[in-house]
Amino acid sequence: MPDFGTLGLLGGVLMVLAAAVAAVRFLKSRTDSGLDTAVLASLDHRVRAWFLLFLVLAAAFLLGHWATIALFGLMAFWALREFITLTPTRPGDHRTLFWVFFLITPLQFVLVGLDWYPVYSVLIPVFAFLLLPARIAVAGDYKRFLERTAKIQAGLLICVYCLSFAPALLLLLPPGEPFAGTRLLLFFVLMAQLSDGLQYAWAQLPSKHVIVPTINPHKTWEGLLGGAGTVALLGAALWWATPFDWWMAGLVALVTALMGFAGAITMSAIKRDRGVKDYGTLVEGHGGLLDRIDSICFAAPVFFFLTKLWLEWFGAG
Amino acid sequence: MRADMDTNLTRKILVLMARFLSGTSIRWIDSQPDTCQRVYFANHTSHLDAIVLWSALPQEVRLLTRPVGARDYWTAGPVRRYFSNKLFNAILIDRKEIKVHRSPVQLMLREIGDRYSLIVFPEGSRSDGSEIREFKSGLYYLCKKRPDLELIPVHIDNMNRILPRGEVLPVPLLSCITFGPPIWLEAGESKAEFLARARNAVRCLKEV
Repeated sequence: MPDFGTLGLLGGVLMVLAAAVAAVRFLKSRTDSGLDTAVLASLDHRVRAWFLLFLVLAAAFLLGHWATIALFGLMAFWALREFITLTPTRPGDHRTLFWVFFLITPLQFVLVGLDWYPVYSVLIPVFAFLLLPARIAVAGDYKRFLERTAKIQAGLLICVYCLSFAPALLLLLPPGEPFAGTRLLLFFVLMAQLSDGLQYAWAQLPSKHVIVPTINPHKTWEGLLGGAGTVALLGAALWWATPFDWWMAGLVALVTALMGFAGAITMSAIKRDRGVKDYGTLVEGHGGLLDRIDSICFAAPVFFFLTKLWLEWFGAG
Repeated sequence: MRADMDTNLTRKILVLMARFLSGTSIRWIDSQPDTCQRVYFANHTSHLDAIVLWSALPQEVRLLTRPVGARDYWTAGPVRRYFSNKLFNAILIDRKEIKVHRSPVQLMLREIGDRYSLIVFPEGSRSDGSEIREFKSGLYYLCKKRPDLELIPVHIDNMNRILPRGEVLPVPLLSCITFGPPIWLEAGESKAEFLARARNAVRCLKEV
């Protein structure tokens, strides 16, 4: 059974989200509330998706670290299929893609589960990077070769490699306290999702300075700065759930928020180029899974390495 | 009785697998699922098309809907025979020997009676997915005999990337199945006009 702090954090998040779901439901049922129905509908979808996400995470946490790793592995698998679906490939890539989905993706998560850091940190950026183009070349179709290879590699790096650093947090901390890793992962996912939500909320302010109008008209400077600032404060306030001091917890939360923004804007650029709004239809009204976890994908490796550095420099003390 | 239950269970598992593997999102555009007698006609790019389309139908409709397939493909080996015979209740057409009195259209009409619906792929064989081929005339003769059948155009998107021609192992990308509004054979419409209109009805669904 997890300790009081882990359960408290998890239970607290679930309770807040359940209350939010109920509140939005109530507002939706009242036609005279004077609120914009489109905004309410979008809010409803958001809080329900978050509730679902944290409920599944909670179940996986209680089942142990392999369940959590399997859950993230499935998320990576689904995100990758959304990514490749949107990416034009040619029949010559078919067999390479088979290996990408059914060998490299599961292998990465098995290695993470076994805590083989020296292997899982290079499997995709080195070995898959070198072998994929060779396999595609063997298939004999050279048309737009570099472009096709790069797209498959980018999908694998973002959806599988980067995301796998989130469950890797479970095994990063020195043994001793069994649920410290669970708490750290929960802290990370919470910060990444809070930053999404808070950036959206701050962007509702009347004065709007859009950062990149050609790519995403909803991302404003107010949203980014307000959201990242609030997340940093919340992260510092939750320092007790992490191995960090309060200032480092705030700093890590701030970096998570900024990387989340980087992920969202990068994935928006890809979607713009492909002429679509969302990646898929898994979560109703939410576009795809990848639309929900792009911030986690981008923030996970950075969060992982910041934690690793912190442990190496200050871990003993 | 026992065997029936097993078959039903196998069907359900197959439907779940087909839906997961092909990640199908299902859309009905100006169209509703119904158990009335219909002909679902779709573009054809993959061996999985029939399974995926059949799985996309609601259960009560699915039980009354029979795919039309090529006898040489669906009777090769015990697995395919079991699928076509027991699970889909498929109507198999002999592509090699077409006789006048036992034409495919006659066979289909006899098999559906006044109860079943059909899934057909009027292109005849799988295309590479870039452009829908010209439709074969069977659809026209079918309607000529049974003008009361509702024709539902269906567009299957991306299956050619999941399991293209000549590949054995599928790649689990996402696909999309779109059901369109019914069409009928108009009085006095010529064969060529009708087939072009039907083909266009499928092609239009790609864009909506």
